[in-house]
Amino acid sequence: MRRFTVPLLVLLLFGVLIGLAYYDKLDLYVQSVLMFMGINIIFGSSLNIVNGYMGEFSCGHAGFMAVGAYVSSVLSVLFFAQDKVFGAPLLPPEYAIYGFPIIVIIAFIAAALTGLLVALPSFKTRGDYLAIITIAANYIIITTIINLDFIGGPRGFMGMKSVIFAMEDVAFLPWMLIWVYIFTILSIWAIYRFVSSTYGKGIIAIHQDEVAAEIMSVNTNKMKLIAFMFSSGLAGVAGALFAHVLGYVNPNSFNILKSTEGLVMVYLGGMGSLSGSVLAAILFTFLLELLRPLQIIKWVVIPLLLIILMQFRPEGIMGNRELSDIFPRLRKFYQFK
Amino acid sequence: MALLEIKNLTQYFGGLCALTEFNMTIEEGDLVGLIGPNGAGKTTVFNLVSGFYQPTRGEIIFNGKNIAGLKPHQVTALGIARTFQNIRLWHEMSVLDNIMIAQHYNLGYSLKDLFLRTRRYQENEKRIRDEAYKFLEIMNLKEYALEKPKNLPYGMQRKVEIARALSVKPKLLLLDEPAAGLNSADVKELIELISWIHKEFKLTIWMIEHQMTVVMSLCSWLKVIDFGATIAEGTPEEIQNNPEVIKAYLGDGKI
Amino acid sequence: MLESVIQNILNALQWGSYYSLIALGYCLVYGVLLLINFAHGDIFMVGAYIAFFVSTLLLGHYGFLPFALPKGLVLALTIPLTMFLTSCVGVFIERVAYRPLRRKGANRLYVVITALMAGLILENGNLALLGASRKNFPELLDKTVYTLGSVAFTNVKIIVILAAFLVFWLLNFIVTKTKIGMAMRAISYDRFAVPLMGIPVDTIIVFTFVLGSSMAAIAGILFAMSYPILDPYMGAMVGWKAFIAAVVGGIGDIRGAFVGGFILGFVEILVVAFFPSTFRDLIAFTILLIILSIKPTGIFGVAKTTKI
Repeated sequence: MRRFTVPLLVLLLFGVLIGLAYYDKLDLYVQSVLMFMGINIIFGSSLNIVNGYMGEFSCGHAGFMAVGAYVSSVLSVLFFAQDKVFGAPLLPPEYAIYGFPIIVIIAFIAAALTGLLVALPSFKTRGDYLAIITIAANYIIITTIINLDFIGGPRGFMGMKSVIFAMEDVAFLPWMLIWVYIFTILSIWAIYRFVSSTYGKGIIAIHQDEVAAEIMSVNTNKMKLIAFMFSSGLAGVAGALFAHVLGYVNPNSFNILKSTEGLVMVYLGGMGSLSGSVLAAILFTFLLELLRPLQIIKWVVIPLLLIILMQFRPEGIMGNRELSDIFPRLRKFYQFK
Repeated sequence: MALLEIKNLTQYFGGLCALTEFNMTIEEGDLVGLIGPNGAGKTTVFNLVSGFYQPTRGEIIFNGKNIAGLKPHQVTALGIARTFQNIRLWHEMSVLDNIMIAQHYNLGYSLKDLFLRTRRYQENEKRIRDEAYKFLEIMNLKEYALEKPKNLPYGMQRKVEIARALSVKPKLLLLDEPAAGLNSADVKELIELISWIHKEFKLTIWMIEHQMTVVMSLCSWLKVIDFGATIAEGTPEEIQNNPEVIKAYLGDGKI
Repeated sequence: MLESVIQNILNALQWGSYYSLIALGYCLVYGVLLLINFAHGDIFMVGAYIAFFVSTLLLGHYGFLPFALPKGLVLALTIPLTMFLTSCVGVFIERVAYRPLRRKGANRLYVVITALMAGLILENGNLALLGASRKNFPELLDKTVYTLGSVAFTNVKIIVILAAFLVFWLLNFIVTKTKIGMAMRAISYDRFAVPLMGIPVDTIIVFTFVLGSSMAAIAGILFAMSYPILDPYMGAMVGWKAFIAAVVGGIGDIRGAFVGGFILGFVEILVVAFFPSTFRDLIAFTILLIILSIKPTGIFGVAKTTKI
């Protein structure tokens, strides 16, 4: 029975959320905050794979998000929507429901391949050099998009709203909320499975002592590649969802500031703590919304809060522990380590 | 056929010659030692054999296969394990995890199995975990399975490191100064441990050591190097009385 | 043809001067603390703003002074005052944000995040305090245009380039010839042994921040003199780029950082000369990445080996 507690809770929450949204008990603003929470959870916890578990310092995570966002947006508009540049939809728009998950998976693959390109030169270099390479990659990705005129260049790209409408025409459900929920759960599930396996713990071994990892038969180069691709792929998923929730994308939404937000979530939650990243993402999204009336001062208050928090808890909220370490009773329901 | 045969191994770092024309043959079941003063190039030999350096020249033939130039994880998978001068455990993970992660060469499942939690994944994870526990029991470390190595005393950490090296089921074990930093009681225990491992696992062991008590009571054959060159080899008794060796360690007596 | 080449070389030297001066600050702090001080680009911005306020104050814009000082004197006073005040900002951040974390033995990356946050506070705090309107930097030096053959250049351009080289020469002198410079290098070689030798590490670190910030201040003044429009985000982009330039040069070595800044300057000017300006960042960053993948330790860098 206990094995099923967590899946049941997940399903229950899903039902409640969708039900509330369906019967208009959840206003659109709350829905959008919830969706951004989900996207931030994916974004933060995927960065945690590289920066937390593996202990490298990747600074340009938003670049991979941009790849996912643009690839998915172009595909979904190309296949399911009428567009000035791409013309008539290639498939009947009512297939969008089935097509969307596939598009998100393609976004995952595209972002993961970009991650591969970035990770390859980083083997030769160590430590802080990965920071430079990823920052540069982030800039390169954004300026490439800006220079691609057929996807709107600096003006951005839109048309995804009509794909969502096409889904709603088939069945009137809060589709984006559903998708964000599903992919958030899937991402956490996948990261959890990865880092709790003996194979995935190889990246933690690399973090703690790379020489020892290599000598104890961990193929460190391959592990780094896989971790990096996995992480950037998930950022691509976050990007795809982000683009479709907003309905338009702009290259400047994926600048270094966005990457910084990801870093904040990782280090706020604690390096190498999945539940920490999730908590931090929820907290961070909440804080952003709470402080919205402050406008620009928000971006003074949040960093200030973080600096103060760091002075008191220099290891983040959770350190490298999980919820199940702090509340051992939770172990009955799920085993982490 | 010899288990390990090193022929004319030479290593340069820039212009510095760290090792010249090193030759060594180790038969299966041997327990041999490599000694020499500080900076003689002993660890360089181990780093070459375990794959951390690419040799400038020479061959390292293990089990009939030239392993010079392979990556360390490949060398380990072929059956050479090693420990380090300064203990290199994963200090933030449990002792059990330390042993389990060393099974990376032999996981028996793919990424697909991992994400889908297939039967193959579960069986193999269970096998790895059970074997690790069994292994810790043999090594008398079971009670520390869930401790973090950093919380264990130094002598115990050394034992965990040796256990981790053994858990990859090597044919040849390289011990880099296993007695470094241990007190005399721990050293005595270590000597017993190594000779027990040698018999119990029918293992070939090659060790670097400074402490003569350890080398003398364990090794059947010794090789002495200084400034990268071999200066003597023989049984411990022969080495003890070799004037070249005494000169290398103590100077030549002229002031 | 030749004229435009010389013109572009001069432009690149001028543009590279800013990058070099900022990159030097990154390099110093990195060498001593192994900390990527991501707030440094914003320190440069703060320097430019401080220079703005100091010079307008001295020019009598706010009515604090009963009389307006002559321009030349204002410039002569602005430079040291700005350097001093900017150093105060840099040292303040170190004392308040970085040092307590270091004392607690926090993971190095947490200090980096703190630096990022400090940068954000400087940027957005400035925006919140002063509003989005851009500031016009007063002209402190009468612009004269010299022509040599058909190459035209301003006195400001020459001053910028000369100043960058002068500052580098001074810094090089401090780092290699003085006792405190020796201590700085000693820390970057071995940070564990240095305190045991009786060297006051904290003093050295403060001095490092003073040096780095005052160079950012000089860069700020020079930048404001040639491009007299200031905005709160001017430091962020320049800062990131200067950091990458420092790494391309080899971040452990001040010569590397200096050269790296000029390389970036040349690449950017060259790209703009041949391509549309939207391609500037794209191509510049790609070239820097290529340099880094060919020589991962940077041009002057030495590979660090881990002892096994």
